[in-house]
Amino acid sequence: MAALLEINSLVKKYNTVIAVNGASLSVEQGVCFGLLGPNGAGKTTTIEVIEDVIPPTSGEIIYKGKPRTASFKDEIGIQFQTTSLLSFLTVRETLETFQSLYRNAADIDNLVELCQLGEFQHQYNDRISGGQRQRFLLSMALINQPELLFLDEPSTGLDPQARRNLWDLIQQIKQEGKTIILTTHYMEEAQYLCDEIAIMDYGKIIARGTPRELIKQYSPEMTVMLPTRSFDHSLDRLPLPYRKVHDTVEIKTNNVNSCLNLLISKNIDLSDLTVRSPSLESVFLNLTGRQLRE
Amino acid sequence: MFKARNREFFRDRAAFGWNFMFPFLIVAGFGVIFGAKSHTEYKIGLFPHETVMVAPAETDIPNEFSQMRYIEFIGIPTKTEGLDKLKHHKIDFLLKLGDPPYEYYVSDASPKGYVIEQMFKASLIPPTFKTDAQKKEIQGTAIRYLDWLFPGILAMNMMFSALWGVGYVVVRYRKNGVLKRLKVTPLSAFEYLSAQALSRIFLLMFTLVVVWIGCDFIFSFTVLGSYVDLILIFFLGSTSLTALGLVLASRGTSEEFTTGILNFISWPMMFLSEVWFSLEGAPQWVKGASRVFPLTHILTAVRKIMHDGAGLMEVSVEIAILTLMTLAFLGLGALMFSWNK
Repeated sequence: MAALLEINSLVKKYNTVIAVNGASLSVEQGVCFGLLGPNGAGKTTTIEVIEDVIPPTSGEIIYKGKPRTASFKDEIGIQFQTTSLLSFLTVRETLETFQSLYRNAADIDNLVELCQLGEFQHQYNDRISGGQRQRFLLSMALINQPELLFLDEPSTGLDPQARRNLWDLIQQIKQEGKTIILTTHYMEEAQYLCDEIAIMDYGKIIARGTPRELIKQYSPEMTVMLPTRSFDHSLDRLPLPYRKVHDTVEIKTNNVNSCLNLLISKNIDLSDLTVRSPSLESVFLNLTGRQLRE
Repeated sequence: MFKARNREFFRDRAAFGWNFMFPFLIVAGFGVIFGAKSHTEYKIGLFPHETVMVAPAETDIPNEFSQMRYIEFIGIPTKTEGLDKLKHHKIDFLLKLGDPPYEYYVSDASPKGYVIEQMFKASLIPPTFKTDAQKKEIQGTAIRYLDWLFPGILAMNMMFSALWGVGYVVVRYRKNGVLKRLKVTPLSAFEYLSAQALSRIFLLMFTLVVVWIGCDFIFSFTVLGSYVDLILIFFLGSTSLTALGLVLASRGTSEEFTTGILNFISWPMMFLSEVWFSLEGAPQWVKGASRVFPLTHILTAVRKIMHDGAGLMEVSVEIAILTLMTLAFLGLGALMFSWNK
């Protein structure tokens, strides 16, 4: 499939700080592309350079095979990480204001229905809850029926119900064939929503692929977990590499069957056994380390 | 919170520095303009006198009168010119130079004129002069001080509303990210600034009309010229002031610094544009400096139309200056504008 967006050797410097250091990636039409990375990895800067909010120091951004033109703004929708809105306007009035800025604007009633804004559409836009606000901001990003949608940490700060609700909404938008570029700190979110993922660190893309590919390449092991009491003083003689986390023993393995056979042969009680599949989170931690980022 | 707010303030270097610079510059500015002498309360016009500067001791003014404090004597070449200034409250009292009996003019609409008349009469020695002093009537409709003041108050309100409503608000929008959100839409900077300007001009004109009608209902202002001409001048004035607001809005993300800059511009403009008092008798360079402010030209034109019945041709100089200022401000504002810096 042809790439809708290509980024080549993108660099963004702020005086001596290099926020983006030669990042390259391509996004195919109709996919949900996740950009992951620890705090300060350069995700938001990369996204904002692509969105034309800030200029790049160097590098190339190709949209539909050509450098971006003035019509690029007509074809993209953006939900920023944080956004302030015009004061003393209701949700619907705000949508109407933004609707008037585009030639190919969406029908507001359809957006209200899609994003479930009905019950608060006549409230002032600063008097709605966190979940309502994120759905409202998403509807604003959709106001021009964009082909390419940028969602910068859309579910940050939401409770589990509101987050799930937002994911369903994003899935629905994805099914309409829109291309989505998503940044998030929630690996579960990325795994649930993204077809393809790039992991950034220190301004560089350090890995990319589908969630399955990344897991297979960077964190293929399953984790077998047992409470320490199951070992009945035989833990020291366990012939497998393991990690003790509080009162649980974690054993990483590529072959669950042989691991379990070995445990059975050692008469270890498996009644409280848990097996955890490899996840994107372990890929992320393997690639970017466990050190705290500010 | 106390410590946090203090840190916030001290670390915003531009705003912090401006807090010291602003009062210093205002005090220094007024010191230069008005000198170290006390504020002059009363302005006496003397005619015929070729120069503005008058040495009272070299004239025929009674000594007791010329030595009174808080009085400024201003030379005026002709009686017509003097009467015009008196009528427009630029001077409080007009006195003809020469031997007694003295001929003087005072507006019955001026409280200061009344006080100065009493002071003048009291200074006449021998007392027989008092009966000889001849009070002359001003010909035509007297302009009340309120008539003179009213356009000043309206224009001042217009100035504050234009500068703060555009300059401050846009800086706040830049700081909190509203402009960033708008930048990623097809809206151009020109369209955004035009919308800001047109909205503010509409609000200014709407407010002006409502306040005018309301005040006129109570105070019945005298308007000798055309209301259409007045509206046109106020429209041009509001456009000019709004354009100046756009220049201030073009850059910056610190609300406190912008507040300082707004004060720095609006205060001198308010005091030097004859909103509250006339600059008659002030040094020529002060009068010259006052002409850099759009408010000066708005008020000159409006007062000519209101009080002299002038038409647009007679205020064409003010119209031309305001138009040029508007274009210059719009150009500068558009050139400097940044969505996020």
